[in-house]
Amino acid sequence: MSLRNSPFRRSLRIGVIATALTAVLATAACGGTTRGGEDSAGDATGQATGQANPNAAIKEGLKIAFLPKQVNNPYFTVSDNGGKSAVEELKGEYKEVGPSEANASSQVSYINTLSQQGTDVIVTSANDPNAICGALNDARKAGAKVVTFDSDTKPECRDAFVNQATAEGIAENQVKLISEQIGGEGKIAVLSATPNATNQNAWIELMKKELTKPEYSKIELVTTAYGNDDDQKSFQETQGLLRSYPDLKGIISPTTVGVAAAARYLSGSEFKGKVALTGLGTPNQMRAFVKDGTVKAFALWNPADLGYLAAHVGASLASGRITGAEGERFTAGKLGDYTIGKDGVIVLGPPTVFDSGNIDQFDF
Amino acid sequence: MAHDTLYAHPEAPAPEPGARRAGALGRALFTRWDTWVVIVLALVVVGAGASVDGFAGPRNTQFLLMDIVAIALIALPMTLIVITGEIDLSVASTLGLCSAVMGQLWVAGLPLELIVVLVILLGAVLGMVNGLFVTKFGLPSLAVTIGTLAAYRGLSFVVLGDQAVADFPRQWTDAASSTIGGSPVPWSVLIAVVLAVAFAVVLHWTPFGRSLFAMGNNAEAATFAGVSVNRAKFWLFVASGAVAGLAGVYWTLRYASARADNGSGLELAVVAAVLLGGVSIFGGRGTLLGVLAGVLLLGSLRNALQLADVPADTLNVVTGALLITSVVVPNVVGMARSWLRQRRHQRG
Repeated sequence: MSLRNSPFRRSLRIGVIATALTAVLATAACGGTTRGGEDSAGDATGQATGQANPNAAIKEGLKIAFLPKQVNNPYFTVSDNGGKSAVEELKGEYKEVGPSEANASSQVSYINTLSQQGTDVIVTSANDPNAICGALNDARKAGAKVVTFDSDTKPECRDAFVNQATAEGIAENQVKLISEQIGGEGKIAVLSATPNATNQNAWIELMKKELTKPEYSKIELVTTAYGNDDDQKSFQETQGLLRSYPDLKGIISPTTVGVAAAARYLSGSEFKGKVALTGLGTPNQMRAFVKDGTVKAFALWNPADLGYLAAHVGASLASGRITGAEGERFTAGKLGDYTIGKDGVIVLGPPTVFDSGNIDQFDF
Repeated sequence: MAHDTLYAHPEAPAPEPGARRAGALGRALFTRWDTWVVIVLALVVVGAGASVDGFAGPRNTQFLLMDIVAIALIALPMTLIVITGEIDLSVASTLGLCSAVMGQLWVAGLPLELIVVLVILLGAVLGMVNGLFVTKFGLPSLAVTIGTLAAYRGLSFVVLGDQAVADFPRQWTDAASSTIGGSPVPWSVLIAVVLAVAFAVVLHWTPFGRSLFAMGNNAEAATFAGVSVNRAKFWLFVASGAVAGLAGVYWTLRYASARADNGSGLELAVVAAVLLGGVSIFGGRGTLLGVLAGVLLLGSLRNALQLADVPADTLNVVTGALLITSVVVPNVVGMARSWLRQRRHQRG
């Protein structure tokens, strides 16, 4: 220890720092800004402005840009290509930009760039419902229309949200698929993700409700198993289900990890072709099991249609056909007519069913 | 102290004695790396302004500046740390942890003014942990801060999980992106400039600053010359943590979202800017002006390429190539110089 660092100097320094800190803390503690004390960033005005003209022509040459969560992600490549085909139909200029890593701050910088380039429509899937809000609203002030798809922002930051599916739509679809495959009667089980996965639990509740309908009266849901969205665990849980319920007729697994693991177990077991399996899965994961007869049909929304619809919504907004207000109707090319719901939400429709007849048309 | 000598690279180009002499000022200026960075920066800005649509103009200037403020802030203490031959890779994780804690404290109902102070203090404490490991236990900072890079990021997920806290008051979030008067310069840039001046004065015009260069060149010699190497390094890590905490506050308000993954990967952007700005990775050499030019150069280049619709992957390749250039060129130049000098000696 040198002389410069004598105990006296040190305590002097600590004293000064402590005094300064106390002063700052004291000032801050009285009369500070606390949660709920003032207007929070959450409240803002509604998004629909102006008057819609349902007969307005779609403008040509609209600059429509897709900004996915991340580029080079297979899911978004498919959805953005769906958007591309719509933009080409509408004679617009398509562009896809985006960060190589899925984070909100780099999306902000891309939104700013698009706004600076005078883009007419920004179609984006948000990495964070709040973080890109400011940038989106800046872009809207500069004249761009904003459509979110797949993952929404707060409603006040965009003109419309294209939702891939509703919980009701998924539950209805899954129950219908399993009923068809087991001939309308027998015991079934659900293989879910984690016990506290919000969307999974909502779907399972709605499936139970759906099963109370008279046409499903002979189907009994015996249990729900949890594979934690882990391949190994889902595989073992499927094995366990069939051991505990030897007379099980079918399994619904509304998670892409679960359905693929269950299919792998079934395809290598004596139950192959005897126990039905359906769920939410991607065609690439499930192709082999559909071809070898383990799985007859499963479902998922079609990401290409999702992008296609989002591009149509964007073009309709930019042309003044719609403003994003509830109840407005519009036509989205090959997908047909849509009505805008509450908070500017548009639902793509029932999930697409994949079976041996159509699975080879899909690559995602 | 053994670790210090590891970083005192024998081949690091020492300041040119000849170039320092009076009368050779012009030549000295143009043989300096940071001068070249400033020149390249000017060329990029002028070139992009002329050829890239939307680059010139107040709106884009504002976007560009807001994107680099956090990097510029963290680069200030980082410059000093790298000059001493150390490195702090935990800065982005410190930013993330500070952001997560800021969110939790806000949810807990503390006043925001107090939270800001506490979060900067937390940053300082996190930096202190790095400093202690490096100076008291004599561990290499590269290893220590890679460890805390992972640990602090992990902790931020413990604090906030995958949730986001986003209901900060509007006046505060607006303030984070508001500009000075009618100019395109955000207020946050002013904070960065004030801190930059402070750090520049400390580094270039105080005995403490000069001692940092000394310990970067040769820590042992610096110790014998009466410089308390460990104490200086300890406080530099504390400063680095505190500034990362401040950057965390800025980031949270600018994006109106406290998240555990805020700023992930930012340490690479900072280190890239510092090296590109002419600071030697082996310590002992560099200027703060060069680093600021490096931050601006990387930011402008990214912005211009993005406006020119260059895909994200190509953009990363360009940044990487620039970084390698900035490390390789000074070393090659240094080697060429010493080879020439040797030849001159042999002839004479």
